[in-house]
Amino acid sequence: MTNIPIEGMLLPNEKPNHESPGNWKEYFSFSTDHKVIGIQYLVTSFFFFLVGGIFAMVIRGELITPESDLVDRTVYNGMFTMHGTVMLFLWTFPSLVGFANYLVPLMIGARDMAFPRLNAVAFWMVPIVGILLMGSFFIPGGPAQAGWWSYPPVSLQNPTGNLINGQVLWLLAVAISGVSSIMGAVNFVTTIVKMRAPGMGFFRMPLFVWAVFSAQIIQLFGLPALTAGAVMLLLDLTVGTAFFDPAKGGNPVMFEHYFWFYSHPAVYVIILPIFGIFSEIFPVYSRKPLFGYKVVAVSSILIAAVSGIVWVHHMYVSGTPGWMRLIFMLTTMFVSVPTGIKVFAWVATIWGGKLRLNTPMLFALGGLIMFVFAGITGIMLSSVPVDVHVNNTYFVVGHFHYVLYGTVTMGLYAAIYHWFPKMTGRMYHEGWGKIHFWLAFIGTNLNFLPMHPLGLQGMLRRVASYAPEYQFWNVIASLGGFLLGMSTLPFIFNMVISWMQGEKAPNNPWRAIGLEWLVSSPPPVENFEEIPIIISEPYGYGKSEPLTANLPE
Amino acid sequence: MTMKIQKILNILTLLTGAIAVTVTSLWIGQQAYSWLPVQAAAESKLIDDLISFLVTLGAFIFLGVTSTLMYSVIFHRAVKDDFTDGPPIEGNITLEVVWTAIPILLVFWIAGYSYQVYEQMGIQGPAELVHLHNPLGMESVPAKVLAEPVEKIDVLAKQWAWVFHYPEKDVTSTELHLPSDRRIRLALRSQDVLHGFYIPAFRLKQDIIPNQALDFEFTPIRPGQYRLTDSQYSGTYFATMQANVVVESPEDYQQWLAQAATQKPSLANNQAAAEYAQTSSQSVKTGWVTVPPAAPTLVNSPG
Repeated sequence: MTNIPIEGMLLPNEKPNHESPGNWKEYFSFSTDHKVIGIQYLVTSFFFFLVGGIFAMVIRGELITPESDLVDRTVYNGMFTMHGTVMLFLWTFPSLVGFANYLVPLMIGARDMAFPRLNAVAFWMVPIVGILLMGSFFIPGGPAQAGWWSYPPVSLQNPTGNLINGQVLWLLAVAISGVSSIMGAVNFVTTIVKMRAPGMGFFRMPLFVWAVFSAQIIQLFGLPALTAGAVMLLLDLTVGTAFFDPAKGGNPVMFEHYFWFYSHPAVYVIILPIFGIFSEIFPVYSRKPLFGYKVVAVSSILIAAVSGIVWVHHMYVSGTPGWMRLIFMLTTMFVSVPTGIKVFAWVATIWGGKLRLNTPMLFALGGLIMFVFAGITGIMLSSVPVDVHVNNTYFVVGHFHYVLYGTVTMGLYAAIYHWFPKMTGRMYHEGWGKIHFWLAFIGTNLNFLPMHPLGLQGMLRRVASYAPEYQFWNVIASLGGFLLGMSTLPFIFNMVISWMQGEKAPNNPWRAIGLEWLVSSPPPVENFEEIPIIISEPYGYGKSEPLTANLPE
Repeated sequence: MTMKIQKILNILTLLTGAIAVTVTSLWIGQQAYSWLPVQAAAESKLIDDLISFLVTLGAFIFLGVTSTLMYSVIFHRAVKDDFTDGPPIEGNITLEVVWTAIPILLVFWIAGYSYQVYEQMGIQGPAELVHLHNPLGMESVPAKVLAEPVEKIDVLAKQWAWVFHYPEKDVTSTELHLPSDRRIRLALRSQDVLHGFYIPAFRLKQDIIPNQALDFEFTPIRPGQYRLTDSQYSGTYFATMQANVVVESPEDYQQWLAQAATQKPSLANNQAAAEYAQTSSQSVKTGWVTVPPAAPTLVNSPG
């Protein structure tokens, strides 16, 4: 293969040209340093996590009583629409891209991403998405109220009659977010393929890098569908085309296909990096190599491949023909095979190790347990007859919150604590970290476990009022929700105070194996003074062999 | 000698654990029935058995994985000053093959069982497809049921009301009356947005799509009063879009139908319309502008 130089692409041995002021101001600038961009993503997305959390508090406040009595129904509908939108497009996606940005170049021995300027442009689109979505609260008619799926015809109804309305801003925001993510995907895939240090073959890459690679490939094939669907819906809404409007001969179910063709694989875009984080954390705190490294690596790619052919399981009751329901049931169930391989590999990694339950390990273990639970309810949902009953009920809401809070957010916390010393050069406070874990773990289960019996009894999602017989479990869920809201306070204090005046962190506080732990904390602007030459497999715990030929261990 | 005793003890521990996990899962699987509403349709029982089976299997996997993890967390902790590494075990081919093969077999088992239940339910898909050819899963409506007379009812969904029409006697109603132990065939229509037909006690659900004819079949078996809800988000007053479902003996059903046919049509009460009128009359607006509820329908039996 010839190496054709691409304009704007960084070569592996080239030093990136960062003009860094080297202080807090660079975090508010158009920096092209992947580490700065990574932290920009993380801090921005955490801000929106809090915003989405406040929306969740309003929802749980409304649902603590059966009647619609806290806010107007239109406000409630705006709340759950924006809660879902913000949590997906402004919290889970960007926060994971933040970690990938920060870690991938360090983990593969590169000095930056392949396209540093594209990287910065992709990040700065995120605040634009945020401003559009938040701005929609202040225009006549308020924000979008059609749910984060925005199924037409409801999303086309536009009661204000204005050209600028909440739904239009929502669609613009989603389309921009899609473009930003596609830019990111091109960058990650190129970086991982082209920028690995000498000696780092594919089967010497850390599993977080494998996971990001698989996830970003999904972005490349899936996101164009959602972005196109959003643009078509936008045209229906603004200039009166009739792609999806049944009143004019359009087909609303077509939108469901566009939407889920991406939005189900999107779940794997979110969960795969979390699997990567688990694979990084368990070996460190168990002091054992990752069990079955190669199989776990390949299973990421398998999950990405299968994820492209499961979307109709969201549409079992959308008038899909029987053969389609049954084929997609089988493909969906097959996701559990590579996923099961990973779960068993983590359990075997932990088994017989020398465990230390530091905060990152606690969050990863809690996340793994809740993920197993979510996986089991996921299999139940994939079964057509079961789904015919629980589709669109709280059973589904409970299931995906065990994924998105129980697993993804817990995994993100594990990663934040684990790499906090590397990113900031300071240690966090372990005691407060553990308090945070227990509050979050108890809060998550109190909040989301009761949703399963509610769903089995038939309580539907997106309702502002419900039958009195559902109240008991709703009260428990609301109390759990408020506890979960409170659980972020010790985290925020811990992070802010530790960043300002925490104990200085050494290069490798966890005695972890990996390139990022061979450089200073925080790493120098160019990451590696000399590009490392990799001579061993990752996760060589218990083998006492050096990872590189040229960097001091 | 002590090695041997240790080994026997280990096997005994493992065996006790496995038995405890199995017994607990079987018990949890039985509990699953109590988490569900009453079984008011023939389909409910089939689905509940499937749910109970999946809960049993799921509980077994969940308890198996978590108890193994918990055992490690309790017994495999590093001693305070021990900074050495654990054994450098990188994998075990046999184990990896086993834990790939078992889930594959389980998937086929679960999918096969689910397919069987689905066939027995004989859920109708889009009507035009049924007429064109006979898609999988629709061939198997039990012959006994097919031979029986089918009760045909038209269902109209609109923002935010249900209207039922009985073509036989030209009766309209906002309450869904159904004869028990009869195959029911509903023709589902929507006049505006997507809606969903869902009766939790029947465990059955079908989206209603504007401009698309959808037939939906099931068999109620238990007389009583149940609730029909809209299961596909349909806008502002979505949560209010409910209707009573009355399952009664075929005689009572015929009697109700005959009686309703004699009643003069009147305007039905509608919660969405009432709330909309109240909100519109408020001088201080606490919400955003909404799509108004569809015009009310005249019905013989307003329920």
